[in-house]
Amino acid sequence: MSQEHLNESILSEEILEDQKKNRIDHMTYLPGMEVLESDVMDQVVAAMEAYDYDKYTEADVRRALVHDSRTPEDFAALLSPAALPLLEDIAQAARVETRKHFGNSVYMFTPIYIANYCENYCIYCGFNCHNKINRAQLNEEEIDKEMAAIAKTGLQEILILTGESRSKSTVQYIGEACKIAKKYFKVIGLEIYPVNSDEYAYLHECGADYVTVFQETYNSDKYETLHLAGHKRIFPYRLNAQERALKGGMRGVGFAALLGLDDFRKDAFATGYHAYLLQRKYPHAEIAFSCPRLRPIINNDRINPMDVHETQLLQVVCAYRLFMPFANITISSRECARVRDNLVNIAATKISAGVSTGIGEHSEETEKKGDDQFEIDDGRSVQEVYDTLLKNNLQPVMSDYIYV
Amino acid sequence: MQNNDKLILGGHEFTSRFILGSGKFSLDLVKACVEKAEAQIITLAVRRANEGGLANILDYIPDTVTLLPNTSGARNAEEAVRIAKLSRELGCGNFVKVEIMRDSKYLLPDNQETIRATEMLAKDGFIVMPYMYPDLNVARDLANAGAACIMPLGAPIGSNKGLCTKEFIQILIDEMSLPIIVDAGIGRPSQACEAMEMGAAAIMANTAVATAGNVELMAEAFKKAIEAGRSAYLAGLGRTLEKGASASSPLTGFLQD
Repeated sequence: MSQEHLNESILSEEILEDQKKNRIDHMTYLPGMEVLESDVMDQVVAAMEAYDYDKYTEADVRRALVHDSRTPEDFAALLSPAALPLLEDIAQAARVETRKHFGNSVYMFTPIYIANYCENYCIYCGFNCHNKINRAQLNEEEIDKEMAAIAKTGLQEILILTGESRSKSTVQYIGEACKIAKKYFKVIGLEIYPVNSDEYAYLHECGADYVTVFQETYNSDKYETLHLAGHKRIFPYRLNAQERALKGGMRGVGFAALLGLDDFRKDAFATGYHAYLLQRKYPHAEIAFSCPRLRPIINNDRINPMDVHETQLLQVVCAYRLFMPFANITISSRECARVRDNLVNIAATKISAGVSTGIGEHSEETEKKGDDQFEIDDGRSVQEVYDTLLKNNLQPVMSDYIYV
Repeated sequence: MQNNDKLILGGHEFTSRFILGSGKFSLDLVKACVEKAEAQIITLAVRRANEGGLANILDYIPDTVTLLPNTSGARNAEEAVRIAKLSRELGCGNFVKVEIMRDSKYLLPDNQETIRATEMLAKDGFIVMPYMYPDLNVARDLANAGAACIMPLGAPIGSNKGLCTKEFIQILIDEMSLPIIVDAGIGRPSQACEAMEMGAAAIMANTAVATAGNVELMAEAFKKAIEAGRSAYLAGLGRTLEKGASASSPLTGFLQD
């Protein structure tokens, strides 16, 4: 493993042994994986490699702040260490942009984990196929009950998640889940294993409109040491997922690096630049960012996001906002209530509520069947989050979308 | 005279020339805002409607106001038509503001698709108010397609930059017989006033009010500015100076017949 930005909290003796074994080439597509004619990945990787954040000065950051619309170079400055002393000014500017584009609206949603089977071996993730946890998959009846229970809380947007197992959670299975979701919700997002554009088109027909794919890290050498097996190991197939989703007719795509895996400044820069290039190529696409930091998982409670403290998280969130002021930014329940409540007042526009990352926990009629992907920190209910937003002079919005 | 000064849209008469947007601010302020603005028309995004659910915008708009549902979220004419029909099913009436964007960054209107949607919706009995990029040829096409007014943008939505497209809006005001309603980009009451002085028939504003320190007070400020601008227009400001002759007639004074 590259010694730079090594997050030792992820590692164990077993993983270190596994890393020594021969593994398939992470840059070669597997049979059945659609290959796009696209130079987006090459551009993102080249820009990230060229990004030298130490060269930026306070003057560069100040210049970026006064610009009316901000260039990738401004974004690079805002993510640099030179920006940290100006964080209050940056947050103020980010807040202005958020208000301009979203007013005081904050969108609410919840994720539903319908399965946690996974064929990947991502060494930091609780769902990875070598982690000994309780596995489960909801059947259609159970999905219906879970979704009905979620809808009763007043939410109108749902994010469907599965572990990444194509054989257990097939595209057809996920499509059926979307059709059920359509009965209860106005907005359906997916966070599933990457698929081909015709499969995205099928899922769009079933009711889904938003696809989020976490690239985790844009450093392919580091990526290779963290994703030891499964489809996810194929770096370019994952990186091009958003473009395939847009080609499949999805309205919006979400981007994220898992902050703490590698050099977070480079990863955040690549994430923003990736979104920037796709928005230019597909101007109608709605763009969203998530800003996850590493969290402890079952069987490894030591995992932490290394040098991405709250300060750095705020810097990243604000840099996304200033670079792409029209994009949605989701703030995960990985973060505590204090951090989330403050971030939605500055730059984030979407907040989850009533979250469980286990399988089958929303309805009293279904028993919890599968273990959690990671530990959440903010376990507040929908009503609690709703009331807090109102108290903070923010307007909770349940639906801002029509499937057409 | 002012009492007879009516804004007429699709046969409906309005005395207020301030169309208020309902997005981007707290729902419990909507009613007070409408009252302070003395607005008779309020826009709402159909996609924000959440019938019977939490934070349903329709629950917060006073019954006395005419609803102007917009088709935001539509990327082409067909989607706009479907959203308009949904709004009619929701009981939002026959008014519709056509908003079609294929650009998530600036939210600039797609003029071509807007013409198509206007034609389809007008044929279906809607009172169509199309949001557009100020282009005279497009405005004429929209009029022929059955639009009830033309809604050119002053600047990109939410930018508060004011009348960036001033010269082109003036051309629309001069050449079109339909009411010209300046929509989007108006950032402060003085800009609204300026547009009204130019001869705009009404102003639509949202972000400028929604992001003010005191939302209701800003709603009232816009109302006053729009009324002042209208009075100035009716009084003949600008036009008199521009088109009137000077008193001494230096070039034509020699004429004897």
